[in-house]
Amino acid sequence: MAKTVKEVCCLGIESTADDFGVGILNSNGKILANVSDCYLPETGGIHPREAARHHAEVSSQVLREAFQNAGIRPADLTLIAFSQGPGLGPCLRTGATIARVLAAYLGIPLVGVNHSIGHIEIGKLMTGAKDPVTLYVSGGNTLISAFDSGRYRVFGETLDIALGNCLDVFAREIGLKQKKHVPLGASLEQLAAKGKNLITLPYVVKGMDISLSGLLTAAIGLFKSGEYNIEDLCFSLQENVFSMVTEITERAIAHTEKKEVLLTGGVAANRRLQSMIEVIAEEHDSRFNVVPLEFAMDNGAMIAWTGILAHAQGLSIPIEKSFVRLRWRLEEVNTPWIE
Amino acid sequence: MDRVALPVLLKKGAEASLFIDYWHSRKVVVKKRSAKKYRPAELDLKIRTYRTIHEAQLLSEAKKAGVPTPTIFFVDIKSSTIIMEMIDGEQVKRLIGAELPEKVRGGLCAKIGELIGRLHHYGIVHGDLTTSNMILNPEGKVIFVDFGLGEKTREVEARGVDLHLMKRALKSTHHKFAKECFRAVMKGYADVVGKKEAEEVSNKIGEIEKRGRYNEKRRKDQ
Repeated sequence: MAKTVKEVCCLGIESTADDFGVGILNSNGKILANVSDCYLPETGGIHPREAARHHAEVSSQVLREAFQNAGIRPADLTLIAFSQGPGLGPCLRTGATIARVLAAYLGIPLVGVNHSIGHIEIGKLMTGAKDPVTLYVSGGNTLISAFDSGRYRVFGETLDIALGNCLDVFAREIGLKQKKHVPLGASLEQLAAKGKNLITLPYVVKGMDISLSGLLTAAIGLFKSGEYNIEDLCFSLQENVFSMVTEITERAIAHTEKKEVLLTGGVAANRRLQSMIEVIAEEHDSRFNVVPLEFAMDNGAMIAWTGILAHAQGLSIPIEKSFVRLRWRLEEVNTPWIE
Repeated sequence: MDRVALPVLLKKGAEASLFIDYWHSRKVVVKKRSAKKYRPAELDLKIRTYRTIHEAQLLSEAKKAGVPTPTIFFVDIKSSTIIMEMIDGEQVKRLIGAELPEKVRGGLCAKIGELIGRLHHYGIVHGDLTTSNMILNPEGKVIFVDFGLGEKTREVEARGVDLHLMKRALKSTHHKFAKECFRAVMKGYADVVGKKEAEEVSNKIGEIEKRGRYNEKRRKDQ
């Protein structure tokens, strides 16, 4: 009892896809550092092995910068958290290896964090939302989740590809290139803002789920026909897919009767999507929250924060059992930190 | 005198609002799909019109399939409004809770499975099978509502998605009983469509789930 407790200081490593991120937080939720480095493919989408190689190459620099920004030494850490899944195998394994080494070397506990839960928890921390319906839209995920009887549940999701993936593939098809700090979605949004004419595309809502792959094929087909203005196509694609995802989000709000909405993931940066979700939140007297971009994109801080929450409930993982989980679904996660 | 109090908002759903009102001195439910400000007006009107017409058609077709649905009295396409019979009873969503004995719950789910089977056998998929869209009336009949996302199709794919949605709705809303409930649903379903067809659809559900994101069964690559 008289034992002095060292303040919790957690380093979190995020490496599910193209970002390698390191965040350092304390148990008050104070962000001491949040550094990341994004892999930029020369052509096409993310090549898992190449992305993993990138992560390994930049890891020591990112870690060093994080320690510098936080103004602490590795020995000040009390906890290591890593994104255990879901994500790309080679990328996850690179992050996990670094996390295991740090935990073993420093002799401190290791916590495996579910990436999707990380997004929700950091979103709640940043916006002050307590019990929201979360729309998480990124290159790898499109899901609507809310907490219900002891777990985060998935109320709606994509039946095939993620919304961010749909936009990215289309953007690449029409010749847009990803640049440092300018995601493909941002370039697409700029083009879409100049579009005026709505071109008919498939609108596929099934219950609380959506399907995007057929719609993407149709949009690419229209582009290749050469008969349509590119700006109009971008505009129509955005309007269509955002309307679909907004519709199912509204269903989830009506169904769960939650009084808060949280928008997160890389696609949350899109102003048009933000405005649509804001409209339905208002209509159902729900408070609209959008996670600031730095913490809406994949980041290490969200892993560190969720690691702190989990560890405070006595959760940690022995190194020999810390295998990555490529398809670890949100609703399988035990979340004792929520009463 | 109680006319003065009507119309009363019964439920503000995501897609439509339900009002209780009088129509030719009969108590009715008015389902109005109001304009959605978030999407372009052009797209919005198209969706609302399509779904209103479709729902009205499917509500009456479902009856032919032997599935109880509210009777339609009037459809106004311009205002995306359907006026229909008021159904007394309780939403199945509120019934599948702890207070229902296991046997009764199983029986109710099997009954739901039978009704889904009848719809599919007739060539209709509901499109939004959740326990909020089913009402148990005092005579013990289950009435299906909300066919706005329905389709006339005989494709195994569409049937699979229909039941996958049912399964997921059970999981997210009644996770405690989801497994036993869905098993009962599939049993009732098989009783109507036959073992062979039920198996085919069941396999399809597995396939659809594997197509989704992050499914453990999707690939054994670990």
